[in-house]
Amino acid sequence: MLRIAVDLNRCQGYAQCAFLAPEVFAMHGEESLLYSPEADEEQREKVMQAAAACPVQAILVDTVDAPAEAVSGAR
Amino acid sequence: MLGDGSLERFRREGRIVVVGASLAGLRAAETLRDQGFAGSLTMIGAEPHEPYDRPPLSKQVLLGRASADRTALPRRRSVDANWRLGVPATGLDMAAKRVRLADGDEVPYDRLLISTGVRSRPWPHEDQAELDGVFVLRTRDDGAALARRLAEGPRRVLVIGAGFTGSEIASACCERGLAVTVAERGASPLVGALGGVVGAVAAELQREHGVDLRCGVMVTALEGDASGRVRAAQLSDGSTVEADVVIVSLGATRNTEWLAGSGLAAGPRGIACDAGCRAFDIRGIVTDDVYAAGDVARCPHPLFGYQFLSLEHWGNAVSQAGIAAHNMLSESTDRLPHMDVPAFWSAQFGVNIKSVGAPSLGTEILVAQGSLKEHRFVGVYGYQGRVIGAVAFDQARWLPFYQELIERTAPFPPPFPTVDRRSDGQRPVDADFPDPSVPTHGPTVTLSGYSPADRRMTFTPAH
Repeated sequence: MLRIAVDLNRCQGYAQCAFLAPEVFAMHGEESLLYSPEADEEQREKVMQAAAACPVQAILVDTVDAPAEAVSGAR
Repeated sequence: MLGDGSLERFRREGRIVVVGASLAGLRAAETLRDQGFAGSLTMIGAEPHEPYDRPPLSKQVLLGRASADRTALPRRRSVDANWRLGVPATGLDMAAKRVRLADGDEVPYDRLLISTGVRSRPWPHEDQAELDGVFVLRTRDDGAALARRLAEGPRRVLVIGAGFTGSEIASACCERGLAVTVAERGASPLVGALGGVVGAVAAELQREHGVDLRCGVMVTALEGDASGRVRAAQLSDGSTVEADVVIVSLGATRNTEWLAGSGLAAGPRGIACDAGCRAFDIRGIVTDDVYAAGDVARCPHPLFGYQFLSLEHWGNAVSQAGIAAHNMLSESTDRLPHMDVPAFWSAQFGVNIKSVGAPSLGTEILVAQGSLKEHRFVGVYGYQGRVIGAVAFDQARWLPFYQELIERTAPFPPPFPTVDRRSDGQRPVDADFPDPSVPTHGPTVTLSGYSPADRRMTFTPAH
């Protein structure tokens, strides 16, 4: 799984991501972006392309190894 | 820390505790590790979930396009922390440098970051709030429960309070084809944050999309049926709205109760800190080892005469977290101030609403570009002859320009022509904010004076 967040303060609705990874990013109305906060691993390449192509660098995607870090209530 | 090597030792083997494991807490933890903190890091979170993103909860999740349990925040790096999730902090002993937890445990720290955020203000009548079908929306669990109920196709949804969250919820319900009534105490939706001129546009948007919008009314009571399910609401104008889902969207309360008696300057408006996110104690003295970031912090802001500013904004949480983390690891002269201009966004009824600065401080508004009638414009807010804020409806790309005007306290009204200036933008008009002494859902940007102690303000529920 691939976790995604978009800084919508930065987002200017250039819609490059919606062209490069339409399964994950879509325009909603004229300039709002609606994205899936989580995508399948097979989308990784497209999502990384979308993140790289964003003119305002608003897309944040998991660093590859970080999500594997254990998160538990253990002391 | 006096340049005697103690800061180096702290960076190598100190103990940092972060209370509040959401956006600000996670981003601070990542920054601490990025900047070389090698000691122990403990993340304490009241919710049993790893840090997740909240904005999708009122949008993607309610539209059924994302699942509430799939909004975990992406990680910029590994934080190598000891996670204590599902256990709220219940107390702070600043002298002994310990955080008390609900399970009785105590966690010692050398430096502490508080990022406990806010929670939804609940419906004030407890028996009515407990009716099946009455919701608030703040947490992942709230989002999951509400999305499930909306998917069942209720006959009518009632949203109480038309601030940003309430309006986004109403928008999502409309888009799902559900019948929606919105009850707002003020004269229009978003009036507390953006004033009546822009609020009137928000009201038009709602009505054009089929929302049964009732302004200037309060919900006085919720009624349940024999099985304990909500079935109707009584309004102050004597009318009744039959609804099987009711969403209470009356703003938020800061999570500072656990700090009562700790000696920290924490109150209903948040934790007072200096411009570098170091918390004050109730005597107005800055603490050495306690920091605050995110919705729970109130910080003096240079753009607003160094009054304390409280912000419930995503971007503020991210930027304050970075500043607080940096300063926790720095000598006094290397510390940085938090000076970002406030900014937020909302998407509702197909329109992208974005804002910079503090519109809620403005007294006048000039529609500098576009037109209110077309629901596509930039409104510039003026305060004492300077530009203090701006809002854009489907015109987001212009906002960086206005942010620059705010940053250099440019004169208001701007003395230059703007692209696409229309006849209704020839001169400023009263921005029409409600009397601040009248309680409403309120703005998400609030100035709260110069006093670090915050004991005067109490909230009177709007019913």
